[in-house]
Amino acid sequence: MTFDEAQGYVVLATLAQPLLATLILLFIPSSKKMAIRYTSLFFATAMLGLSVYIFTAYQLSRGPIQMELRWDWVSNVGFLKKDGITLHLGVDGISALMALLTGVVAFAATLTSWKLDYRPKDFFILFWVLVAGVFGTFFSLDLFFFFFFYELAVVPLYLLIGVWGSTRKEYGAMKLTLMLVAGSVLMWIGIFAVFHEAGLGTFDLPTLWAAGKDGTLDENFQKTFFPFFVVGCGVLAALWPFHTWSPDGHMSAPTAVSMVHAGVLMKLGAFGIIRLGIQLLPAGADFWMPGLMVLGVIGAVYGATAALTQRDFKLISGYSSVSHMGYVLMGLATMNQVGVTGAVLQMFSHGVMTALVFLMIGALYDQAHTRDLKDFGGIAKVMPWWVVFYSIAGLANVGLPGLSGFTAEFHIFVGTFRTYPIFGGLAIFAAALAAAYMLRMFSVVFFGPFNPRWSALRDLRPLDAMAGGLLIGSIVMMGVWWAPFTDRVSASVTLLPGVTG
Amino acid sequence: MRDYTIFIPEFVAAGAALLIIALELFVPRIRRDALAYLTALAAVGWAAASACYIGKEPNSFQGIIQADNFTTYFRFLAAGIVGVTALISANYMKDRTKTAGEYYGLLLLAGCGMVYMAAARELITAYISLELLSFCLYILVGFLKRDSLSSEASLKYILLGAFSSAMLLYGISIVYGVTHTTGYDEISRALAARGGHTDNAVVVGFMLIIAGVGFKVAAAPFHMWSPDAYEGAPLPITAFLSTLSKAAGFALFLRLFTAAFVVDAVEWRWAIALLAAVTMLLGNLVAIQQKSLKRLVAYSSIGQVGYMLIVIAAIGYGDAEVGRNASTTLLFHITGYVVSTLALFTALTAYYNKTGKDTIEGLRGLAETQPFLALVITASLFSFAGLPFFAGFTTKLFMFQASTTNELLWLVGLAVLNSFISLYYYLMVIRQMYLFEPVAGLTRFRVEPVLWGLAGLLMVTVVFIGVYPGPVFEAVDHATRPLFAVGADALVRAR
Repeated sequence: MTFDEAQGYVVLATLAQPLLATLILLFIPSSKKMAIRYTSLFFATAMLGLSVYIFTAYQLSRGPIQMELRWDWVSNVGFLKKDGITLHLGVDGISALMALLTGVVAFAATLTSWKLDYRPKDFFILFWVLVAGVFGTFFSLDLFFFFFFYELAVVPLYLLIGVWGSTRKEYGAMKLTLMLVAGSVLMWIGIFAVFHEAGLGTFDLPTLWAAGKDGTLDENFQKTFFPFFVVGCGVLAALWPFHTWSPDGHMSAPTAVSMVHAGVLMKLGAFGIIRLGIQLLPAGADFWMPGLMVLGVIGAVYGATAALTQRDFKLISGYSSVSHMGYVLMGLATMNQVGVTGAVLQMFSHGVMTALVFLMIGALYDQAHTRDLKDFGGIAKVMPWWVVFYSIAGLANVGLPGLSGFTAEFHIFVGTFRTYPIFGGLAIFAAALAAAYMLRMFSVVFFGPFNPRWSALRDLRPLDAMAGGLLIGSIVMMGVWWAPFTDRVSASVTLLPGVTG
Repeated sequence: MRDYTIFIPEFVAAGAALLIIALELFVPRIRRDALAYLTALAAVGWAAASACYIGKEPNSFQGIIQADNFTTYFRFLAAGIVGVTALISANYMKDRTKTAGEYYGLLLLAGCGMVYMAAARELITAYISLELLSFCLYILVGFLKRDSLSSEASLKYILLGAFSSAMLLYGISIVYGVTHTTGYDEISRALAARGGHTDNAVVVGFMLIIAGVGFKVAAAPFHMWSPDAYEGAPLPITAFLSTLSKAAGFALFLRLFTAAFVVDAVEWRWAIALLAAVTMLLGNLVAIQQKSLKRLVAYSSIGQVGYMLIVIAAIGYGDAEVGRNASTTLLFHITGYVVSTLALFTALTAYYNKTGKDTIEGLRGLAETQPFLALVITASLFSFAGLPFFAGFTTKLFMFQASTTNELLWLVGLAVLNSFISLYYYLMVIRQMYLFEPVAGLTRFRVEPVLWGLAGLLMVTVVFIGVYPGPVFEAVDHATRPLFAVGADALVRAR
């Protein structure tokens, strides 16, 4: 076995961890709550370790796609020809970074779910199914499995939000599920069309990517079906005007689910646009990218404006997510190396900082049972550490140099100015709005006159502080020493078809 | 040559049926559930006898009954459905009737009817098999004669069923009148010999036959009997109806439309495509408003029939390769659908036996009182909706993919849209089980071990087909091959 093959098994092991966790949890009696928590923590730690390993072991000298593993699944039967469906796993610079993000956020979410006392067994089972779907999508190099895991990540959300959520949870859960599945309807149709048009009898993505490049999928076909994939994935990436599930869903979701959802799951959408839009249908991307740019800018500005007017913590973060995912889409739409790299960095950066924001909101809501801005004041007096953590997340949101948001957004702005200077100006305007809504929140909640109703609030619990510390570590790391991130990402971005230097 | 050896598996099944009926006559005090286990045993014997035919050269009885891999596949399917239905009936029927011998006998005979619908290569034989199946079902639906819903369902089913049989027979006689034959191969040859021009009479014949078989599989607008029959029938028979009678209808569709009628595909393919579109839309939209779980399943299975009809349309629109690939995936989807449905009904019966509830609201809080049953029900509903991990995702994806031709992309798109609609009403059921606390007074109870094991086994199968489709997909690929081997010459001539 060569080194690369052995590493393929590392990727497989990472994907197998959450599935194994699900299977083991099924057989633990639901009354043994501590056993359930420790099992989950064990697997979360293992996943964190493996994902850090994958990120660091991805060495630029070893070629674009590394740690490949290819198991024949179904082939040469019926409509499936050679390599019909293969369990084809592997990582490039983009998915290596996304795997790291998943490991970090899933670990933090496990820590903060420690206190969850209502049916923890069911919760963790569904949670690990969700994580398995996320890892699987990032690692899959086969269209069948890509879609399989993509859908798998969406399925458990309904129950996770419906059972463990808060404010209007049934409405939020149903709306979110239906909108996301409606998005995947478009993807189904796109997949059928691509498979049929390519006529190769295989779901293998590298083969289909080649077909997209060499014209086996002709130009008009690509132009017709590119919107199917981009809108389909775009729903999950909160592409304006298909973003409306996002604030409602986030408002209803329990803390850990908000973290994973905003932190990782929304990135699946942007990741899908890269894999199935830019890589699969380059001619379509070439034609439609200006349109995506317009929608991205609208999303960025609209999200920031809406966040400015909200009073609920989670709604503010929900809309700010829409705004930040708007940046991601803008970055992708620039189709130049700096912009797309920035988009991928923003996916990571937004992932960790939003996870941190939701972690903090959860820590407050669990004690206060309200999330209305107007109810609070002078919280810094009773929860100093909480305020510090929240401020770091908020400043990363705004794009303060030294934190991850700056690195990512700077790339995106530079990229946008190169291709579409006017939109670059609008994007910076949206960043200014972000500063406005963050500072407004800081002034009202953290400082301002102290409301004696909250004198009993306790500061961060150690587990939440640990989880927050991990996330802050990632934020600062990317803000200060971004070379390991940008090198890996830009090396893979350069190879995307249609991306200019 | 009259080769009676090709009938051996059904000798086993029908013999067991007679034996079971006789046993109750001569030993009236036999435990009712013992008969159920005997039936399941007979089904195992049936499957074992069928297994002897795997890999054998196709053999035919005077050209009217064909024993090939396609038939063998439906033998396994019939044996499986009958065996599972018998097992889930055991306690259900014991609590409700004094005499159950006929019930189990008829289950086996209905299975035989399905096998010969799949094996027939001649219209009259196919018709007789279909009637054998239908008559067994008429009685089984109304088996609880003191239950007025059950009797009402049976009466409706008989009246509409007789009407549809008449249409089918009328269609057969028109086709016979034009082609002077009832054998599938001879019909295709006769139609091909007429060259480019087709009689209007043949088109009328096709439409009548499509309507007749459409009744049996409950395709809209011929579906009216099905929700009532599903609701009134004993719970295990509802499972039986939604698996066996649909699989049988599609077996007939496949044999008939890949051989006899493929020559004149232009004349009927649009009708099938239209039927598919109407069926899936109506099934899924009406399912949304249902309060009774059985009616919900009835409409959702109408929706499923709509998806399956796409394959028949694809046989008409595509070339021989598309037809073959699509047929393979149809059998694959039927397998997944049958297993999911049986899993669902096993869990529902286990619940119904203890609580007597079969409405959607009745499932309230099931995740709390009976997490295992809730899991099985959720798995099968997600499988129907086509979500990954479960059979439905893979089988639907395969089926729609193989049926995608330039002309049918719109229909495939509509089908995907419909699976999305269906997710909504499945979620409404799942919502009752997981989101709400159980009604006061309901506590945990022990599920009957047989049903527990059966539900677990079926659920594992659903996951297996969904995650690792290879083995089953290869098996059904072998099963469809003979369909296209026999009619090959006709196909070549037609294109």
